[in-house]
Amino acid sequence: MKITGAQALIKALEMEQVETVFGLPGGCILPAYDPLLDSPIRHILVRHEQGAGHMAEGYAHVTGRPGVVLVTSGPAATNMVTPLMDAYMDSIPMVCITGQVSTSAIGTDAFQECDTVGITRSTTKHNELVMKAQDIPMAVRQAFHIATTGRPGPTLIDVPKDCLTNSMDWHWPTDQEVIDSLPGYRPNTKGHPRMIKEAAKLILASERPIIYAGGGILRARAAEALRELAELCDIHVVTTLMARGAFPDDHPLCLGMPGMHGNATAVTSMQKADLLITLGARFDDRITGKVSAFAPEAKVIHVDIDPAEQGKVRRPDVPIVGDAKYVIVEIIKAIKDLVQGGTVQADTGAWKSRISGWREQFPMSYEPSEPGDALKPQFCLESLRDSAPEGTILVSGVGQHQMWSSQYWKFNEPYTWVNSGGLGTMGFSVPAAIGAKVGCPDRTVWAIDGDGCFQMTAQELVTASVERIPVKVAILNNSYLGMVRQWQEMFYDERYSEVYLSPEVPNFVQWAEAMGCVGIRVDSPEEVQPAIDKANSIDDRPVVVDFRVDAREKVFPMVPAGYANDDLLLPDWQETNRSALR
Amino acid sequence: MTEPHQHHILSVLVQNRPGVLARVAGLFARRGFNIFSLAVAPAEDDGFSRITVVVDVEDTPLEQITKQLFKLIEVVKISELDPRHSVERELLLATVRATPEQRGQVIELVNIFEGKILAVGVEALTVSLDGHPDKLDDFEEMLAGYGIVELQRSGRVALPKLDREARLRAVNSNNKGKAG
Repeated sequence: MKITGAQALIKALEMEQVETVFGLPGGCILPAYDPLLDSPIRHILVRHEQGAGHMAEGYAHVTGRPGVVLVTSGPAATNMVTPLMDAYMDSIPMVCITGQVSTSAIGTDAFQECDTVGITRSTTKHNELVMKAQDIPMAVRQAFHIATTGRPGPTLIDVPKDCLTNSMDWHWPTDQEVIDSLPGYRPNTKGHPRMIKEAAKLILASERPIIYAGGGILRARAAEALRELAELCDIHVVTTLMARGAFPDDHPLCLGMPGMHGNATAVTSMQKADLLITLGARFDDRITGKVSAFAPEAKVIHVDIDPAEQGKVRRPDVPIVGDAKYVIVEIIKAIKDLVQGGTVQADTGAWKSRISGWREQFPMSYEPSEPGDALKPQFCLESLRDSAPEGTILVSGVGQHQMWSSQYWKFNEPYTWVNSGGLGTMGFSVPAAIGAKVGCPDRTVWAIDGDGCFQMTAQELVTASVERIPVKVAILNNSYLGMVRQWQEMFYDERYSEVYLSPEVPNFVQWAEAMGCVGIRVDSPEEVQPAIDKANSIDDRPVVVDFRVDAREKVFPMVPAGYANDDLLLPDWQETNRSALR
Repeated sequence: MTEPHQHHILSVLVQNRPGVLARVAGLFARRGFNIFSLAVAPAEDDGFSRITVVVDVEDTPLEQITKQLFKLIEVVKISELDPRHSVERELLLATVRATPEQRGQVIELVNIFEGKILAVGVEALTVSLDGHPDKLDDFEEMLAGYGIVELQRSGRVALPKLDREARLRAVNSNNKGKAG
């Protein structure tokens, strides 16, 4: 059957079961937008390509299916660099299709030409410049295969205009043809049986074990397996920023987030552990603090599907390359076998009582505002949390509001937390929330944003209004680039350099309403609950709540960059108890 | 040219596709490593090329670089060749200043090293030498005394030795299925 490359492209997306594409047309990709009219695929027309990228990420985060982006050449492709890198850092499956100038014009500095595959080479798991219409279906199959298997990540297909307009013979490659075409791509999903057994032995022998759960748990759909392992051996779990929700916060074994702004118990339990059962985590610098002083007494089991993560930062005692879910299930089996064979688990009683002691003495806390005082951002979050309908998805930008969100929300189920962890992309939350809402239309989606972040990508609320995607945005507005302000206050002698944003401009309520949203401003604690109730009751358009919060509020605890985790800074009222963190 | 104080030879089998060299080179740049020398040519199987990269690093980062290299979709296999158990060769071309009086000396030098005279000019000679990179280093040093006008070395290529001691240390062989 002869069809055009453009028809083949859209048909290939349908074959890959794509339901939604986020994009914006332009010259070179134009031919692909014509058959899209006749396709059941929903296209969300964004206002800026970066928005399309983050929407695709949000969609992928909550659905587990790859987010798909369709944009044109040149500036559209360069606008995609940030979301591609963001997805790469956080292992988010995403397929981006960019238009390119015709093959005969490549290299001539043609209008809207850029070296897309060159520019995105280090921001994608793989990318490909298609040179023939005939190659389009295979390129699409490879892109989806690579994006969704092994360690997930973004892929990009660059399609010249003439490849879209030329005709080709439709052929949908078989699985085997795809695999044969990629002889260098054989992700290992099954861990080494000997290493798995070794891990089981270490777990049973440990007196001070901690499960260090990372985003890989979510990518591998391994939350249930993780819970089974934790409960089987009664081991506490820390969930990294990327793994919030992978283990329920209301579970007695959940210690919450470790790291630079982790809670004191999570940080300290890793520091004092004799065994870190690392599952789909990568010893990021925001977790380890000063690496040489990180968890000095701990042996390390490291389960990761990416062999390059083994030993990259911390040399594991037991490296296991494989899919987290598969490996955890095998470890559980191995533990049960050992127990049946007479191995007795070491006594962890003393360890557990130390952990409970820390939890009692060092809860997450802030000083509530006195009547008449400025609103506390943590109070806004707690109120939002307590009023959130079941299954609410929380999406955050990057900065103080992100840390408070992770600290004060209760994530009791997986895939309810979306944020930009690795790249730390300000402006992530509004478009990512829109993508999440598209992926889970029946759930409430709250974006928690800062006033700095919001101003980077707010235009996508126009997309949300027009496309009828009723997300809710809570701006924790302190009129500052708050996290930078915090660092300048703490480490630069309160010399505030270029962090003050105007409290008057923009008028967020007017801006929201101009974009077709409902805008609400909140200045005092009494206004918080009514505003949240109103926002939660609106389901036919986006809502923006501008919470005017105390600019002096800082995120604690904190491990300053380059410091050892033992030296974490506690809020003033907990500092006096510091000696209890032993 | 000085010998790297700790050189490692990586023999990288890749799918012969556009951009693959840029991917490999880009990865080295991105992770902050220097490529000491590089040679690329089609391998024994159609559709594949072999890249011989000499890198000058300590063991630990080398492990990381090979693992990162292996993540490139088009990289099929990586072998680290131990210099003690491999055959290494390189080609050197040089144009050397040689006045008619010096010409005889240069020719004698080339003969000692078993090189070749490729072209003779009034004031210069173009010579070639292939052999072990160490030998090329020595040759280059001797030529330098006469004045090297232009020099091009091919970068080393290497294969494991065939003798009993041969060790082809496949990097990551556990982590990926049989190379195609």
